[in-house]
Amino acid sequence: MIGQIKMFSMKNVASVTLRSLVYVAMGLTAISLLGILSYILFNGVKAFKWSLIFGKFSSANPSMSFSIVTTCVMILLTLLIAVPISIFCAVYLTEYAKRKNIFVNWIRLATETLAGIPSIVFGLFGAIFFGTVMGFGYSILTGCLTVAIMLLPVIIRQTEEAVKSVPDMYREGSYGLGASKLRTVFRIVLPSAMPGILSAVILSMGRIIGETAALIFTLGTVAQLPGGLLDSSRTLAVHMYISTRDGGAAGREVAFLTGAVLIVVILCMNIGASYIGGKVGKDFEN
Amino acid sequence: MLKAPKPLKIRVEDMNLYYDSFQALINVNLDVLTNEITAFIGPSGCGKSTLLKSLNRMNDLIESCRITGKITYDGEDIYGKMNVSELRKRVGMVFQKPNPFPMSVYDNIAYGPRTHGIKKKKVLDQIVEESLQNAAIWDELKDRLKKSALAISGGQQQRLCIARALAIKPEVILLDEPTSALDPISTTKIEDLLAELKDRYTIVIVTHNMGQAARISDKTAFFLHGEIVEFGRTMEIFSKPKDKKTEDYITGRFG
Repeated sequence: MIGQIKMFSMKNVASVTLRSLVYVAMGLTAISLLGILSYILFNGVKAFKWSLIFGKFSSANPSMSFSIVTTCVMILLTLLIAVPISIFCAVYLTEYAKRKNIFVNWIRLATETLAGIPSIVFGLFGAIFFGTVMGFGYSILTGCLTVAIMLLPVIIRQTEEAVKSVPDMYREGSYGLGASKLRTVFRIVLPSAMPGILSAVILSMGRIIGETAALIFTLGTVAQLPGGLLDSSRTLAVHMYISTRDGGAAGREVAFLTGAVLIVVILCMNIGASYIGGKVGKDFEN
Repeated sequence: MLKAPKPLKIRVEDMNLYYDSFQALINVNLDVLTNEITAFIGPSGCGKSTLLKSLNRMNDLIESCRITGKITYDGEDIYGKMNVSELRKRVGMVFQKPNPFPMSVYDNIAYGPRTHGIKKKKVLDQIVEESLQNAAIWDELKDRLKKSALAISGGQQQRLCIARALAIKPEVILLDEPTSALDPISTTKIEDLLAELKDRYTIVIVTHNMGQAARISDKTAFFLHGEIVEFGRTMEIFSKPKDKKTEDYITGRFG
């Protein structure tokens, strides 16, 4: 009897401890995230000037207008290169390759390894291969190709997971009606996997926006509105880095404002993406 | 008076099926006659679903699967020169769990015909209505053709899947325990439907439900450990089984 009561109270202590740990972890996360967000937004608003966002860049007015354009171009072009390749690769790996295929195991190993390599290594490779060997120099093209390669493993893995989680009974249903593999993949499997693929794309956008190390080597750091694919420029993140490094106190203010703009841009993009995602999912289901 | 025997539709001859080294079907011989309902019964893992899936080559999807022997459809070897897509167009399938695609009721039915090259909206409209009517679900769904097929009840989903199979105008319909996930009322509806469809189609059904086999089928095959223990008229199998194992199974002594 006594033993039972004791056990019961021990259990109680453990559950209270665990519960409070959960709350503490939640609190710490919320405080630090909200803290960073509000700190950047607060300092950004303090440095706010329209001319710094939309004005023309000069050393007196280190505006980010050109950089916003560059960032958008980088996102679009990089996704345009990386997403189709990744999806087709994932489809091959999950739907077409035989299970004991050695080639596939090599691809898997390569993608997993690539996913863990620091981005500066990709930057160095991109600078040498695309920049020097292919002769693209510091340019949008070099930057896009380099970041696209960085993204491949991420999108491939996530698309693979999304495709694998499509229930086999959909495939069976399609084959059972005499559909070919190609039709099954493109009409049934990929549409069903679309939400997962979209979330991979959104994550990739975040990585393109946040990338600095690889881009400094490949896209370069020239403060100009790019006139073409072979021009150098800065994304917002690179602009932040250069401003902090070279700009002194004023530069730090510009960096904070850029950070605030980045946060707003990412927020808008996430909202937009989830809106599109909801629409795509709905179209398919209705 | 004996009626003239119905024409042969599918013949399985000396068939063995292996998954890697495991033999799932042993020396199976079986005739499926036109416009009859043939039921496969037996305990789980006895090979009845495996045989069913071999009849329209759904086993092709399993890498480790290997088959010896012969299955002929209207006299033609289905593992020979016959085009798989063509075979599956003639031999439709309904699965254990209702598996409507995550799209509208209309698109579900139209998927098969579209697969086989029918693009005209008018023709598709007609096929959709016909198929749903043949599956006795038109009245319930005619106002919800544009709604997601995942939003209708499980019983309706299964009849939708039957309609989807009918939409490609098959000659044979294979059903793999089509009512095992459904409630008794939906089950009755599907059994009534199958009895109706029998006049126009040849039906092969796998079932765990002894009563179902007895109620709707003309022939019954009893499977055990990959072999057909007994195959014959359902009446005879259920009233005076020749084999002691069959008797034990249908009277519920094991299984």
